[in-house]
Amino acid sequence: MEEFEPKIIAFLCNWCSYAGADLAGTSRIQYAPNVRVIRVMCSGRVDPTFVIKALRAGADGVLIGGCHFGDCHYMEGNYKTARRVALLKKMLGQLGIEEERVWLEWISAAEGSHFAQVINDITAKVKELGPFARQNNS
Amino acid sequence: MEQARIGVFVCHCGVNIGAYVDVPQVVEYVKGLPNVVHAERNLFTCSEEGISAIKKAIPEYSLNRVIVASCTPRTHERLFRAACEEAGLNKYLFEFVNIRDQCSWVHMREPGKATEKAKELIKMGVAKARLLQPLEEIEIPVIPSCLVMGGGVVGISAALNLAEQGFEVHLVEKEGELGGTLLDIYKLFPTNEQASKLIGALIQKVKDHSKIKTHLSTKVKDASGFIGNFDATLDEDGKESKLKVGTIIVATGAEELKPLGQYGYGKFPNVITQLELEQRMKKEGFDGQNVVMINCVGARVPERTYCSRFCCMTAVKNATLIKESNPTSKVWLLHRDLMAYGVEFENYYRKSMEQGVRFIRYELEKLPRVIGNGKAEKVKVWHQLRGREVELSVDIVVLTTPLIPRADNEEISKMLKVPLSEQGFFLEAHLKLMPVEFATDGIYLCGSARWPTDIAEGVSQAYAAAAKAAIPMRRGYVKPEAITALVDEDKCSGCGTCEPVCPFKAIELQARDGKKVSHISEAVCKGCGTCGAACPAGAIIMNHFRDVEILAQIEALFSKSN
Ligand code: SF4
Ligand code: SF4
Ligand code: FES
Repeated sequence: MEEFEPKIIAFLCNWCSYAGADLAGTSRIQYAPNVRVIRVMCSGRVDPTFVIKALRAGADGVLIGGCHFGDCHYMEGNYKTARRVALLKKMLGQLGIEEERVWLEWISAAEGSHFAQVINDITAKVKELGPFARQNNS
Repeated sequence: MEQARIGVFVCHCGVNIGAYVDVPQVVEYVKGLPNVVHAERNLFTCSEEGISAIKKAIPEYSLNRVIVASCTPRTHERLFRAACEEAGLNKYLFEFVNIRDQCSWVHMREPGKATEKAKELIKMGVAKARLLQPLEEIEIPVIPSCLVMGGGVVGISAALNLAEQGFEVHLVEKEGELGGTLLDIYKLFPTNEQASKLIGALIQKVKDHSKIKTHLSTKVKDASGFIGNFDATLDEDGKESKLKVGTIIVATGAEELKPLGQYGYGKFPNVITQLELEQRMKKEGFDGQNVVMINCVGARVPERTYCSRFCCMTAVKNATLIKESNPTSKVWLLHRDLMAYGVEFENYYRKSMEQGVRFIRYELEKLPRVIGNGKAEKVKVWHQLRGREVELSVDIVVLTTPLIPRADNEEISKMLKVPLSEQGFFLEAHLKLMPVEFATDGIYLCGSARWPTDIAEGVSQAYAAAAKAAIPMRRGYVKPEAITALVDEDKCSGCGTCEPVCPFKAIELQARDGKKVSHISEAVCKGCGTCGAACPAGAIIMNHFRDVEILAQIEALFSKSN
């Protein structure tokens, strides 16, 4: 059987984590090809329903990348994200969904290697969890 | 809404994408996506040829949406949007797909998977582009005043340039006097002019200029706001004051590495750095008889891989000056390579050899050794041409060390929200296309804050940064992104959840026909989208990143059909 190749959606904020992903590129750091990026201006834009819809549509994992605390381009968007993702994870747990499928990471524009590491880590973790079994998997 | 007619331009970026992603295959695939009426590939979409291809295709295929799949929006979005605008297409109908920085460059060993990923990313982009809406921008005034951080030769040059164009300048220097590193330097290569003469004249010009307000012993403690309207808090020895400026230039320089523990530095009093030598030459003159200089100390080594560029010339200069003042002295210059680029430097280097400076090349594998007891007495170095170790007696050893990032770079980077490179220098938006700009509008950089530069380079960059900063200040307004949030008043229940969420206080509940509804001020909103994620009624429309657009991207990735 072919090895399970998870599909992971990453919501990256324009100012830090997206820039960190660009830096991984300019530094030619090689990492797992399983992630598809959706750019948003701030991690605060990520509505928890996007995450749920991504899982329901077919994603095996979701990454939300934002700036470190104090670095958010809009000052405090990422604090809101942190609170929302914590709630979301709790809810996922109650629904019986492994909360390790959803990651929140702070990645600065200078952290190209950290970005690559996060992608490798989340890919490995989701591989370990296996494909996400969707209830209404029609 | 009219039917979407999408044109997709897939870029080879020379070999950067083309060598890893099968671009022709991607283009074939893209042609089959719904609403795509034209797809082509370009060697460089950002070249003049590529741009005119976009401008030509828009009328030819009646395109009302354009996608470029290439590098990163952070550097190239502006360019492609401008091309769309020139061809009469609202620039918000353009969508960027990144298949280089986040695809070809990071999956070089898996071309098959890189190609698949590129296809899927474009498919997602097409799904979003289909739903994009045109947006109009509002004008916001720009305060014609610039905050220049750093009062060295580079900061001063930027400040004078802007002041002479008629702009108000606040020049902030953390030390008690202007001049920076040049205050410690004796003479300048390649002219051998006194550093104090050059910097002294510039400082005088600053003092005489009515448009420049100098703030000495001052740090920028805080800065917030956006291009055109930054609020800065200055801290002058504990006394705080506030400023409003339209633009900011970072010219904070760098500092010389003190190579503690290497070649007896810190242990032997007669092992010093080039800058310490300069200080000594300047103050009391220098009359060493046997001098050994060692280049690349702490530079181009595994823990600090970069070349500081100008230090070879500094060493050549100081070696020559010693020979000039004392022709009987013996001066050896131990180096790995020698950066003497350009016309003047190569001549300067040749002249130093004619004057009797001796050059010995050493290798990283066979480092010179400084031997002494209480002070450095000998330097042993492997002589490649002679094929044996030679021993040089010394009165003084001068270590040529690189410039390193200043300790407060990190603090400044956090404050201005601009990035640092992995080495800790400030990182420009694009090495070639935006070399003196940050990705954040209205903030510019120049000089050794960015990368070690010599004076001529640093001053050129200062002029470049000043020219860039002058553009919005001269125009008098900026049109910030029309990416702002909007309330659908019919959906809004007036719950007020959004109001406290906005970091910019753009949201206010207002009375409308007897009920309360949320109102977002377009001029104040910065478009973070945080309110949109918070509204329980789904009443907030985050332009250009609308729920439907993001959800379409997600669904496109997983839909089996095209
Ligand atoms: S959160 Fe939504 S529903 Fe509540 S006031 Fe704001 S816009 Fe209206
Ligand atoms: S998008 Fe951000 S800045 Fe604009 S109103 Fe909403 S929370 Fe405020
Ligand atoms: S801009 Fe990055 S988290 Fe807000």
